[in-house]
Formats: sequence, structure tokens, C-alpha cells
Amino acid sequence: MARRSDRPIEHLLRRAGFGARPDELDFYGDLSIPDAVDALVDYDQINTNVDSLIGTPGYVGYTTNGAFSPRTVITDARQRWLFRMVHSDRPLQEKMTLFWHNHFATGYNKIAGALGSSEGARYLAAKASEDPGGVRGQIEMLRDNALGNFRDILTSIAKDTAMLFWLDGVTNTKAKPQENFGREIMELFTMGVGHYTEPDVYAAARVFSGWNVQRLGSGDAAHYEFVYNAAQHETTAKTFSFPIYADGNPTIPARAAAGGVQDGLDLINALAGNPNTARYLATKIYRFFVNDVGAPDPDFVNSIAAVYLQSGYDMKAVMREVLRSPQFWDPGTYFARYSWPVEFVVRALKDVGWTGFSVNSALTPLANMGQTLYEPPDVSGWRQGKAWFSTSAMLSRMNFASQLAANQKFNVAARAKAAAAGQSPDTLLAFLQRELVTAPLDSGVIAELSTYLRATGAWTGSDAQLQAKGSGLVHLIAGSAEYQFA
Amino acid sequence: MKVTRRQFVTFTGGGVAAFTMTYAAPEFLSQLALAQGAHARNLVILYLSGGNDSLSMVIPYNDPFYYSRRPTLAVPAGQVLQVGTDSSRVPLGLHPRLAGLKQIFDQGRLALIQRTGYPNQSRSHFTGVDIWSTADPNNAAGLGWVGRYLDSLPSPVDALVGWNTTASLPHVLQSAQTAVPAIASPSSYAFSSPNSGAEATAERATAVRIASHVPVDRPELAFVYGSTQGALATLDRVATVGTYNGSLTGTANYPANNGFAQALKAVAGAMVRGIGTRVFYVTTGGFDTHSGQNVVQTNGAYYNLMGTLNDGLLAFYNDLRNQGLLDDTLVLSFSEFGRRISENGSNGTDHGAASVMMAMGGRVNGGLYGTAPNLNTDPKNPTLENAAGDVTFETDFRSVYARVADNWLGTDSVGLLGGNFRKTSLTLV
Repeated sequence: MARRSDRPIEHLLRRAGFGARPDELDFYGDLSIPDAVDALVDYDQINTNVDSLIGTPGYVGYTTNGAFSPRTVITDARQRWLFRMVHSDRPLQEKMTLFWHNHFATGYNKIAGALGSSEGARYLAAKASEDPGGVRGQIEMLRDNALGNFRDILTSIAKDTAMLFWLDGVTNTKAKPQENFGREIMELFTMGVGHYTEPDVYAAARVFSGWNVQRLGSGDAAHYEFVYNAAQHETTAKTFSFPIYADGNPTIPARAAAGGVQDGLDLINALAGNPNTARYLATKIYRFFVNDVGAPDPDFVNSIAAVYLQSGYDMKAVMREVLRSPQFWDPGTYFARYSWPVEFVVRALKDVGWTGFSVNSALTPLANMGQTLYEPPDVSGWRQGKAWFSTSAMLSRMNFASQLAANQKFNVAARAKAAAAGQSPDTLLAFLQRELVTAPLDSGVIAELSTYLRATGAWTGSDAQLQAKGSGLVHLIAGSAEYQFA
Repeated sequence: MKVTRRQFVTFTGGGVAAFTMTYAAPEFLSQLALAQGAHARNLVILYLSGGNDSLSMVIPYNDPFYYSRRPTLAVPAGQVLQVGTDSSRVPLGLHPRLAGLKQIFDQGRLALIQRTGYPNQSRSHFTGVDIWSTADPNNAAGLGWVGRYLDSLPSPVDALVGWNTTASLPHVLQSAQTAVPAIASPSSYAFSSPNSGAEATAERATAVRIASHVPVDRPELAFVYGSTQGALATLDRVATVGTYNGSLTGTANYPANNGFAQALKAVAGAMVRGIGTRVFYVTTGGFDTHSGQNVVQTNGAYYNLMGTLNDGLLAFYNDLRNQGLLDDTLVLSFSEFGRRISENGSNGTDHGAASVMMAMGGRVNGGLYGTAPNLNTDPKNPTLENAAGDVTFETDFRSVYARVADNWLGTDSVGLLGGNFRKTSLTLV
């Protein structure tokens, strides 16, 4: 399938997805930009059967011991998500799920430490349809609500089993309120640091006292799910430094324990509707979807924050506006994002090819690049932007480019030959520059690549030469600094 | 398509080849040595990630409030490793799993600086780390204090002047001009190629030449070029460290299952091989002990944190002593905050304020610096804050940095830290 070098649509798909497979480029390339945005945002109208494609010929492979079981084996869960990133026809859903994973950053090791490894995978990655107890793991919940209502997402997160273990909600009692979740819901999930006080943290801990899990079912169906334990709820009034109610009242009233779950719902409602939350989310979205090399654009933050509030926290309305915004389409935003490791890996697979490649062999390289899915470094998520690009992380990216180039050398050579790109060093270079679009390459860099193609002997265009030079060029281009931007 | 592991190996097994080329020895060593005096002086920054509960590390075992406020977490007085009394005559003991640090303390080479912190200490992990990293509570978004030190070195500064043993750059090493390589594992720090022989050599040569075309008009791109250059320029010297196994044997050696100890082994290797690195960064995590802290129980969470710390530092200390490098090395620890004095309902402790810093090395004047908190719950207790909930600071952490800057790095702490934080009683180095 021929690829067109269609910059606006490629920009859109790098940001709203993980780059473009040839078939994605064909599909979206036939649409106007507004229609393409709508098709990406209204993804619920696109049938998804991506999980059923796992293990079928023509798609990226996986490797496992025994049966493939993402519900109980975390490395299988990681492979399933990478598979979806490569092959889903709903790229924005996967991209947004990654955004939320970083936002509500929950790590497997702590859950597994508390409950065992298979339960750790289950509460993060199980689909309700595949779990005997109907457990829907945290990432599946986020994926189902990827463009849902932010207040609903917050409520679901506060009741999420993995989150209740991750931030110690399960130990939050009346006598000894536990501050971990109460702090982070304000600092990292909603308003941001500087917009709450230490007494707010203590009050929020009391608000969520009694939010816990219960054990239900038996046998394979036995599982934890949320319960409000009234006996462990601290019932006195809680006063905050910011408004809780529409009239500006900052105090959640004392309530009978039986109805005390409303404390948490009132606080979540107040946090979702706080203007600082709107700006905090708009800023994070700017960095993730628009530009993370410069300071956030104040006009963008204002306008997206307004859409967020006016729409009643509807993330679909927010993202439609983001992808239509003038800032998103400013030519200066093209390649103005440092790719995250999973973005780099998945785009490289889409650009270079995947037949015969197992996503399992991307897991260790991703860890070396600094990003292991389901294992953010802490509750604030991954350090981004420049922080991705230590020397060892860059070396790991270069080495992944080498590994993929070696794996795909026959496929790349065959595609080059089919495209009649083997006639000269420069036709091969032009071909691979179209396949692997990068931030603009300086003419001096292009000259070095051209010199490399001529370095080890006369050009014959033989299969062996196309395999050697094609893979070498894929390594150098995918491992270039310019390719690390999205 | 389903690919088994065995099939996959055959796809790539013959294709990926790691190879190296010789690299000229650095000439900058003598320059740095001149700049820093006759002796090489290595600084190892140690970050205890998550907020260390220093009351479980340096224990005021005669304070009745320590026991009444920590009914499940307190270490019984009979189990602490006594290290004497501080200047306020409070008897103190180390956590029972710190027998190695006790040995180093007894040799006078471990300083414990009590109640370090700053006014209105942040209880946020992230703001806290930023403040300790920048040494600037008012502008915690700036460059790291060690990064600023590296920027102050006479240029050209070698690409290996710093060595970060983690995968990403910590804030404390962020600098304007001096890229510090991240080398988590020296043995896997190598350039690979899909080809072999002359083709692979040509690829590497091309990568090196491309990296020299730094796009000066695109700073974000130039930054990534800097990472590539830093990697390519240091590969071969780092490879010499990958073969370092330490001077110790048996159980005294760096434990294989202790990642912190393995990082310190790489640090020792870099020093022994003399590759020119002067500033190192190591970390050990898991200190955010909100629940199940299990301080006393063998293999409990905090017990094991102390084990990781103890075993790594003891092996490092003994290895450097055997290699004659102890006098050239200073380890300085920090953590973003201490923890709440009273335990919570989860057998853990929440975010607190002041904590204990450690300095270890052959030229350290060991002992107890500063005074322990009195844990009395009286809200007017001057050693506590937050309604006697948290330990309040006595020594500004920047005073410790100032001592290290002035007396170890040989730079001017006033310029480096943006103010005079010198405290004459801090004679730790």
C-alpha cells in the first residue's frame, strides 16, 4: 500500500493516535480534517474487534508461557495494550486511555504485593467480559470512559479496587483517617498543588473514611469490589479552603454514618467543577496533545477550560475542541512533542512493519527507555518532555530501532523493491524518508545518510544490499533525534 | 501473528550485534584534578525516595512518647543499636538492621544530621523533591544544585563528569550546560546494529557524524542531539566499568538481588577504572510507608528498606577502603520529608516534615549532629510543629549543602546556593 506524505493528517494521527498504519492513512486521508477529527472523537461509532485479532496472522505477535492471559499475567496485559495501540481502529480511545493512565498513575507492583501477582494484573487489566467475577480492571474502566464525563471518571477512580489499594484507601478508618488518597485527589487528579491547604488534606481523608472494598463471590468468581463501610466513616463536618457547594459554602455538613458516602460525592463534585481543575486538565492536555516544548498557551488553556466547565466536564466535547483548536493546527506544533517511549515504539512498528515481530520483545526496551505500562514510577505519573531523554534512554531508543530494523530487514527490502526504490542510494533514502516521517532533517544529516549508503561498496540494488542498507537506514532514521518528536 | 519465543530468537538472533570501537582516553582528567586540588573528590548523592521515616532509623529510644505514639511501629529499646547521646543528651539508637552503618559510625565515618528541613516544609512528594533538588523553596522549578555546580566547572567539561545510575535525569542533576549520562547498567550500555562487520562499523560512524550536526536553531531537538552525543561519547569508557566485580567476596560483596547495591558497585567501578566521573547519583525507593510499615518484624517493609540501605552502603564502604578510594569519596543522603510522628490506622505513617540526613566517607567527621526531637504531644513543644504532629527543622538542609560545597567540592556555597547558609557547628566534612 502506498503511503502519501500528507502532513496535516499525519500530524493528527501522531497526536490523536500512535502514528498511522498504511490503512489508517488511507482511511483518514480520504476525509476532510474536520471529518477526520469527528471520526476520531466519535469512535464509539466504529466497531471494535481488536482483541479478537490477537494471535491471528498478519498482525503483530505476542509471546507468552502457556495460555495468553492478560487478566492474570501482567506481561500479557502489557502485550495486549501494545497490540491495541498498533491495531485498534479507535486510536484516540487508546491514546486517551494512556493519558488517563498517566493521570491516575497506578502501579502494578504495589497491588501485586498486597494481593498477589495474578490479582494485581486482574484489578488493573481484566475485562469484565473475561473475568469470572465480572471484575473490570482500572485501565479497562478508563478505556470504557476514555472520553466520558470527568466527574464520573473521578467517582469510578475513587471506588476502583486498584486505587483503593494503591493509595491506601482500604486502611482509611474513622479512628485513623488515611491521607494518601485525600491528598493526591487534590494535588494530582484535580486542582493541582498550591490550590489546597494541609488542613484540606486532613479533611479530605476524613471525607473518604469508610470507602473500602468487600470480598464477594466464591471460587474463581471471588473478588473485591467497592463498599461504603458506614461503621468506619467519620461523621463530623469537614470544612475546606475552597467552595464545596454552588452557594460557596466550604463545609460538608455532619451527616449520619449511613448517608456518609455523600461526603465523598460532594467533594468529588466540588473538585470536578473547580476552575483550577479545569485549568489543570487543560494544561495537561496541552502538553500531551499539542505541545510540550514550550510553555502552555494561555488562550488554549482558557478556552479548553471553558469548554470543560460549560459542557459539564464532558471529555468528548473537550477533545473535539482540542483537535479543532488553532493551537493544535499551528505549524509550529508539528513535531513539538517529545514522544513517550510507547508512542515511539508503536509508531516505529506502524512505520517499519510488524509481521514476524512480537510485542513481548518491546517490553524490556520500553523499560530501558523509562516506560513500563501499568507501572508508572509513582502516583504523579511519568516525568515527561526532556526527562525522557537521558543518554541511556536515548541509547535504548536507538537500540530498539536497531532491533526492529534487524527483525524487519527482509520486509523492508521487499517493500523497497516493490516500490522500485532500489535503483539508487537516493531512491532508497527517499523511500524510507517517506515511510518514517521525522521532524525536518537538516541537509547535512541527509548528506550523512546518503554517504552511509555509499560507504561500503558500489551500489548494485541486489536483495542483499537492500537488506543491509535498508535495515541500516531504518536504524539510523528511527534512532535519529528527529524521529523522537511527534 | 503468534510468535513463540524460540521462533522470535531465530528471526533476530544472527542480526543484532553489539560492538564497540576504541576511544581515546580523556585528557580532561588532569584539568579537573587541577581544578579540584590534588585529590580527586567524588560526591555520591543518595536519594531515599518516598519520604524516609527517620524516627525509625535514628531512634530516640528513651522517649516515652515514641512508644505511646507508635504502639505498633516502635522499635523496643532493647533492640536498637545504641550510638550514644546527642548534644541535648538524648540517647539514640540505629534501626536493628543497620549493623553495617553502626560499624561505619563507630569508625567515625558516618555523620547523622538530625532535624534537617526548611520553613513551612512541603508535604508533597513532588514539590518536596523539587525543593531539596534545587535548594530553593521559593523557586523549585529551577536547575538542580548539583547541576549548577557542574555548570560552574571550567569548560570543556567531559561527557562523563557525572553519572546517574537511574534511567531518567533526577532534578538535582538538571543543569544548563552539562548533560549527565544516565547509565543504569554499564554492561548493557552498548551500540547495537542490525548488521555486522563493515556495515555495522559504517552505521556507527554515521551515527557519530550525524550527532555532530547539532541544530542550533531548534533547542528541543538540540537537547536530544546532546543525549545522543553523550551516549556515543561515553560508551567505550563505560564498557570498562561493566566488567568491574568489586574487591569483596562472599556475603561481604554487593548483594546480587539488591539493585541499590548494584548501582553502588557501578559507582565504585567507575572510580576504580578512573574514567573521570566526579558526581554520582544513586537512589533507593519504597519509603512512602503509609501502610504496613512493619519496622520491627524481620523482613517487614521498613526492616527491608533498612536492609537494602545497610547492605549497599556497607559493601560500598568496604570496597572503597580496599581500593584506597575511601578518602576521595563522600556520600550525602536526602529524602523529601520525614513522616508523621504518630502512626496511622494502617500501621504506617503519613507525610511529615524534618528528617535525618547522612554523610559517609573517609574524610567525614562522624557522629551525631543537631538534636533529636522531643516527641511530647504538648502543642507548644518547640521541637515539633503542626500541633505537635510533625518534627520541626533545626538545621536548614541548605546548611549541609553549604558545608559540602565549601569543604568538599571546593566551590563557593554562597554563589552556588544563592545565599549564606553556612553553619559553623556543622563540621561534618
